[in-house]
Amino acid sequence: MSVGLSHVRVCDLSGQLAGAGATKILAAFGAQVIRVEDPLTYGLWDILRGAGPFVDDRRGINMGGAFNNHNVGKQGVTINLRTEAGKELLRELISVSDVVTENFSSGVLARLGFSYEEMRNVNPEVIYVSNSGFGQHGPYHRFKTWGPIVQAMSGLTFSAGLPDDEPAGWGYSYMDHIAAYYMAVAVLAALHHRERTGAGQRVDLSSVPAGIAMLPTEVLDWTVNGRASRVPNRPGGNRADFDEMAPHGIYPCSGDDRWIAIACRDDADFSRLGNVLNEPALMTGRFSTLQQRLAGAPEIDRLISDRSRHRDADALAQDLVVAGIPASVVKRPRERIDEDPDVAAWGLFPTVTHQEIGEVRVEGLPLRLSASPWTMSAGAPCLGEHNQEILGGLLGHSDEELAAWTRQGVI
Amino acid sequence: MDEAGCDLSALTGLRVIEISDQFTAVGGRMLAELGADVIVVEPLSGSPQRLRPPFVHDIPGQNNSLRWWAGNVGKRAVSLDWTDVESLWTLIRSADIVIAGDREIADGAIGYARTCAENPTLVWVAVTAFGLDSSRAGQPVTDLTVLSGGGPVWSCGYDDHSIPPIRGAGDQSVNLAGLYCAIGALVAIAHRDQTGQGQLVDVNVTAACNVSGEQATQYWLIGEQTCLRQTGRHASVFQSSPVQVRCADGIFATTGVLPRKPQEFADLYAWLAELELVEELPEAIFLQMAADRDTPLDIAKIGVDDETTATLAAAREAVMLIASRLPAKDFFVDSQRRGFPAGMILSPDEAFEDPHNVDRGCQVEIPYPGTEATFRFPGVPYIFGGTPTVSPRRAPNLGEHNVLLDGPSE
Repeated sequence: MSVGLSHVRVCDLSGQLAGAGATKILAAFGAQVIRVEDPLTYGLWDILRGAGPFVDDRRGINMGGAFNNHNVGKQGVTINLRTEAGKELLRELISVSDVVTENFSSGVLARLGFSYEEMRNVNPEVIYVSNSGFGQHGPYHRFKTWGPIVQAMSGLTFSAGLPDDEPAGWGYSYMDHIAAYYMAVAVLAALHHRERTGAGQRVDLSSVPAGIAMLPTEVLDWTVNGRASRVPNRPGGNRADFDEMAPHGIYPCSGDDRWIAIACRDDADFSRLGNVLNEPALMTGRFSTLQQRLAGAPEIDRLISDRSRHRDADALAQDLVVAGIPASVVKRPRERIDEDPDVAAWGLFPTVTHQEIGEVRVEGLPLRLSASPWTMSAGAPCLGEHNQEILGGLLGHSDEELAAWTRQGVI
Repeated sequence: MDEAGCDLSALTGLRVIEISDQFTAVGGRMLAELGADVIVVEPLSGSPQRLRPPFVHDIPGQNNSLRWWAGNVGKRAVSLDWTDVESLWTLIRSADIVIAGDREIADGAIGYARTCAENPTLVWVAVTAFGLDSSRAGQPVTDLTVLSGGGPVWSCGYDDHSIPPIRGAGDQSVNLAGLYCAIGALVAIAHRDQTGQGQLVDVNVTAACNVSGEQATQYWLIGEQTCLRQTGRHASVFQSSPVQVRCADGIFATTGVLPRKPQEFADLYAWLAELELVEELPEAIFLQMAADRDTPLDIAKIGVDDETTATLAAAREAVMLIASRLPAKDFFVDSQRRGFPAGMILSPDEAFEDPHNVDRGCQVEIPYPGTEATFRFPGVPYIFGGTPTVSPRRAPNLGEHNVLLDGPSE
């Protein structure tokens, strides 16, 4: 059996993609991740728990498809933190955990009696990673976010759109993924430090600065060159950042909503483009240099579009790539998930078995580790599915105690 | 550094040799930010990444690329002739982690198999566009084509589908590569901490994009439904209402999450009233009705139940109206204080200069090459209580640390 993270236990109070996506990675590499959920609200602090997409007509708090995706391989317990008995149970769980994770709004967990200092009282070596939109301090620390707000506040939404137009933004919660990845890095770095020194620590992750960290060159163009982004004719649509290349765009192909991305990195790429498209106007020498191509970008884009719109996207992409020009179809979900030539070999979308949903495909990880590969086989936990195993087996409470706590609304 | 001069960063003691390649920079930088000693290795002519714009004061030069700076702060750099295999071996023998664009470098003279045989504790991270052993290995790619082939671009753009999908700026495929590079490297280090065993980590950048598409992926995996792009909001199988609005100062805002609870509807109505906007929105009556409910609105009934649909439409209209009458900053702060999550759509420089970002210490000062000045750089998004990150050194000039090639590891 591979080791990976199988020596790690995580007490996981996180939810949504931004938190659960991080602990999913830890679980895939063998960590025991124990989700703690609220029995009174049926775990619906994580709104994905009972939300679509669904595999069929069945509905309920265990049927959320995205929730299953973000929580594969974890265990789940219910603990009512409004009660003293519940708080004591969480203290017991923290005392036997290596890591505590959460992505509540700032201060929520502390107000429940679980500040880092209080966690250290029961587990001096604990690693506590919080993940919130604006972090645990600063003028906005009590403000709430979700992915699109983080993207708006960090510059990402602004940077995706046509010049002088309403921002197109990112068509999904990109920053929920990024925050989850940063959170996983934070846990792993803190684990290595603890392995080396024996010391745990608290890590305060804030996803808005994580979003800004996705645009460091844009920030440097401001701090070093004094160039602001909010100027006429910006952002640049699909043109290359900082005029690095031309042509650089997404062009129509035959069929409904079919598009191809083409980027000419240099003069040689461009000289081949005209041949592949069989467009004489691109081969006249008027656009031999990058400066000429940037100046003539609207005309070049029109010439390319006039040719590409009559071509099959796949065939054109193949012709361009064979000619050494970077190109790709703008792939629909079906194409990238079911038809990508490497996906099957990588097992990128494995099938897991959920207790109620049944067999369903989920997102895997884009990593292959030769000695400690990731695995995914079990679906997300049903609400309170592992109360007996964790609260009884791990923490040592009797069946009678569990039954009483169930009656009292503690679990 | 602590008072005794000891570096207390989380990854102190780890040495990373990064063979500069198309997707390696951010992974190396992230490990450097956490305290690893990262040495980026380039050919004598310099990494092609050094030639990428923009440049300092628009003056091209191998040490002037801000793209290079952004990806390489905190590292040291050596440059060497790839035929100088012994020098390269000397570096790699000192490494805990190698990051490269393949499992072999220096025209195959050095590779994972041989290094593993000599040093079984080494972690070798190969970051490539399609993964090792792909039939597409060697195909030319850029950020635009990887994001298009990997999925993100499909979901981004405008309601008008005669407009092409839009790629977000910022070399995001390189960022995704870097994040997964760091995760893979640190999982492998965790494994090594327990077993003493190193390994090969294969990072597939197209796959990293493919598993970072949120809703569009879920709808296909679960129901084989295709989400379609919508202006400023989630690509979806359903058409949703617009959420972005141009505020009174011309800056756009995103209006975020709608109210559901009776008190929230009451608060929203009160906000309208304070701004004397009730008369302009006849639909405000639905907010009053919702405020009198005993239970929260069930958003699952949107489009099914007329009252629910009308109430939430009125709420959206109310928020949009308010936003259109206030400067973006006022709308954002007031909305959040009233419990309605919302955001300003800031440019990267505006986001960087925002007081909250400054207050969190997310602007780090780095000495400016060759002058007494400094430049400001986005700091790390996490604050490690026990192992504080330190202000990184500037990105290295070409061959700046070639002294490292002269002898045993420094």
